[in-house]
Amino acid sequence: MSDMTHTRPAGPPSGGGGFVATYGVWILAAIVLALLPQVFSSGLLISTMCLMGIMIIFALSYNMLLGQTGLLSFGHAVFFGLGGYLTAHAMNAARAAHAPLPLEVFPLAGGATGLVFGLIFGAVATRRSGTAFAMITLGIGELVSSSALLLHHVFGGEEGISLDRTRALHLFGVTFGPQEQVYYLIAGWGFISAAAMYAITRTPFGRICNAVRDNPDRASFIGYDTTTVRFIAFAMAGLFAGIAGGLVALNFEIVTSSAMGAAQSGTVVLMTFIGGVGNFAGPIIGAILVTYLQVMLSDITGAWQLYFGLLFIGMVMFAPTGIAGLLAMQAPLVRAGQFHRVLPWYVLALAPGLVALAGLSLVIEMCFQLTVNAPEGPQMSLAGIAFNATSPVPWLVAGVLMIAGFWGFRIAGRRALDAYGSALEAIRSPRSAQ
Amino acid sequence: MLEIVLISSLNGVLFGMLLFLMASGLTVIFSMMGVLNFAHASFYMLGAFFGFEISRHVGFWPGLVVAPVLVGMIGMLVERYGLRTVHKHGHVAELLFTFGLTFIIQELVQMIWGKLAVDYRVPPILDFPAFTIFSTEYPAYKIFELLTAIAIFLALLLVIKRTRIGLVVQASLSHPEMVGMLGHNVDRVFMLVFGVGAGLAAVAGVIAGPALVTQSNMAHSLGPILFVVVVVGGLGSLGGAFIASLLIGLLQTFAVASNASLADAFGELTGTGPLAAYLGDIWNVTVAQLSAVMPYLLLVLILIFRPRGLMGTRET
Repeated sequence: MSDMTHTRPAGPPSGGGGFVATYGVWILAAIVLALLPQVFSSGLLISTMCLMGIMIIFALSYNMLLGQTGLLSFGHAVFFGLGGYLTAHAMNAARAAHAPLPLEVFPLAGGATGLVFGLIFGAVATRRSGTAFAMITLGIGELVSSSALLLHHVFGGEEGISLDRTRALHLFGVTFGPQEQVYYLIAGWGFISAAAMYAITRTPFGRICNAVRDNPDRASFIGYDTTTVRFIAFAMAGLFAGIAGGLVALNFEIVTSSAMGAAQSGTVVLMTFIGGVGNFAGPIIGAILVTYLQVMLSDITGAWQLYFGLLFIGMVMFAPTGIAGLLAMQAPLVRAGQFHRVLPWYVLALAPGLVALAGLSLVIEMCFQLTVNAPEGPQMSLAGIAFNATSPVPWLVAGVLMIAGFWGFRIAGRRALDAYGSALEAIRSPRSAQ
Repeated sequence: MLEIVLISSLNGVLFGMLLFLMASGLTVIFSMMGVLNFAHASFYMLGAFFGFEISRHVGFWPGLVVAPVLVGMIGMLVERYGLRTVHKHGHVAELLFTFGLTFIIQELVQMIWGKLAVDYRVPPILDFPAFTIFSTEYPAYKIFELLTAIAIFLALLLVIKRTRIGLVVQASLSHPEMVGMLGHNVDRVFMLVFGVGAGLAAVAGVIAGPALVTQSNMAHSLGPILFVVVVVGGLGSLGGAFIASLLIGLLQTFAVASNASLADAFGELTGTGPLAAYLGDIWNVTVAQLSAVMPYLLLVLILIFRPRGLMGTRET
């Protein structure tokens, strides 16, 4: 996606510089956001971009916990879902009372809900950190999503709560009927939220969050109460997750209890981590990529969640800094004009990697055909080639592809790492720095 | 009334023992390696499905032995090639690794056995009522489950308290570095413990599979309760896990048997308007409906009043 590459340099603090150097990225991001629906004008793309925008806010809010404060939460969707529900209720109440409120302000209802529940649940959860915190948030998530089915009037049971976004006060004749107008609403709120969250990372509070993440003992020695810092961060993350939830309610015009279920909480963990937790732009990349894969992959293959899990495990094992971390690793090379020295090695490593991936997906797809799609028979086609999944030939091909690809990837990958290391060494050594 | 109390106690103890079979492995792994294995309930599910597959071809009894061994081996592989690789990236990465593993295991199980419940039958030799209390027949299979769970519990206790291996494991719980200094291969101990823990979860899966429903969401529905057990009992405390397992087992089974609600206790709520409707929801919720929520309520209460858990000694 095009806005991904533009927002990336926002990550590392740029330090000093003029107006353009400080705000250039944000101005560029705003222009890109404004132009996107003109470039990608098809209905599917616009609604996908709406979802991406919402997920960017959600993932960024999650990264306030995981990336900034080092709190691994498995119940973040609680604030997302509750924000959505309360926004829907607020819409319906405003409509019943004929309150002259424009649609643009309703995500605030979601944000306020997220903040209030962030304060309530944060008071319990942030008494502990680390693993215990993760378990508590998991428990809170289960608690809230299972109560959703008990309290019918609040959560609407299985059907959820629906609303009509066009029945609010129309400012400047904007009805929010067409999806494109909703896109601009989401883009606007997304821009404001992202800017606010970025600003928070640059405040002293944001720095203390990092200190609590890296060394809680030392943070408390210099006089900060780590529990309070975690508590505030938790509540603020709830606030922004609530805004995202409010936007999702307005986008789909319905909220169901699945919005705050464990699956949603899991998705935001995946997004944030795949994108990269150590970098402000990481969750943005992750949200865009994961949403795109969810929309596109689920059309292509029934086993898309398996690919997803494999991608996630692969990232955790081999690239724990996420995609943004991998990109940030290249920044010094690009700045020194040495990137061309490593690029061929990357391509060389990527090629066998793709071969291994093709073999793996062939195995997965054939398994899928033989099990889930068994009624359709063993005849299938992948990438335009038709074959029979019961015959040994494709399995043999897949095996060869996987083994050869993996073997080549290991060798070429090591070479690429060496090339990266020596290129970095060449930049850092005093001889070339002069 | 007496009937309900008796049957619920039996079922509660049974559920509690099953929970303990899983929680014991989870808590020992946590104490030794500092990693809370998210995929532990997935091993339980794998045990149930492996047991089902084996019972289809060879019979129930071979499955009871083979399935846990297989799952234990998978567990060891996961520890050796997965967790140990991730270990250098810290605890969060380890937790996320096991979290991703739950996704993959669930997807694979769905791919192989489908999303619907499979027909995992109680073996015919145990398919009869053991005894009858007040017109309720109590199935022999449940007695078998209970006895198996107790037998494994006793065996585990013996191994941990009376053998040299148990001594090393116990020492690794509190002083892993010291155990390493004394020349024990801590890595291998970790791998073994992880495998045994996964195997125990699989035993629970094999014996619970025919009695409960064997389907691909069983890990997801049980996993969170397992974590509640471990946190309520106190992270890293085996004794605490045992008490918490029984507590939650009994709590849930007794709750299911009760139809009381606030409306029963204080009479129907009168009044109209939206507020009354919202309150009415809370008023009419029965204890049975709350049974799914109860473990989490217990978790929150424990954290407020006793943050280190019932028998926990550590704060993290």
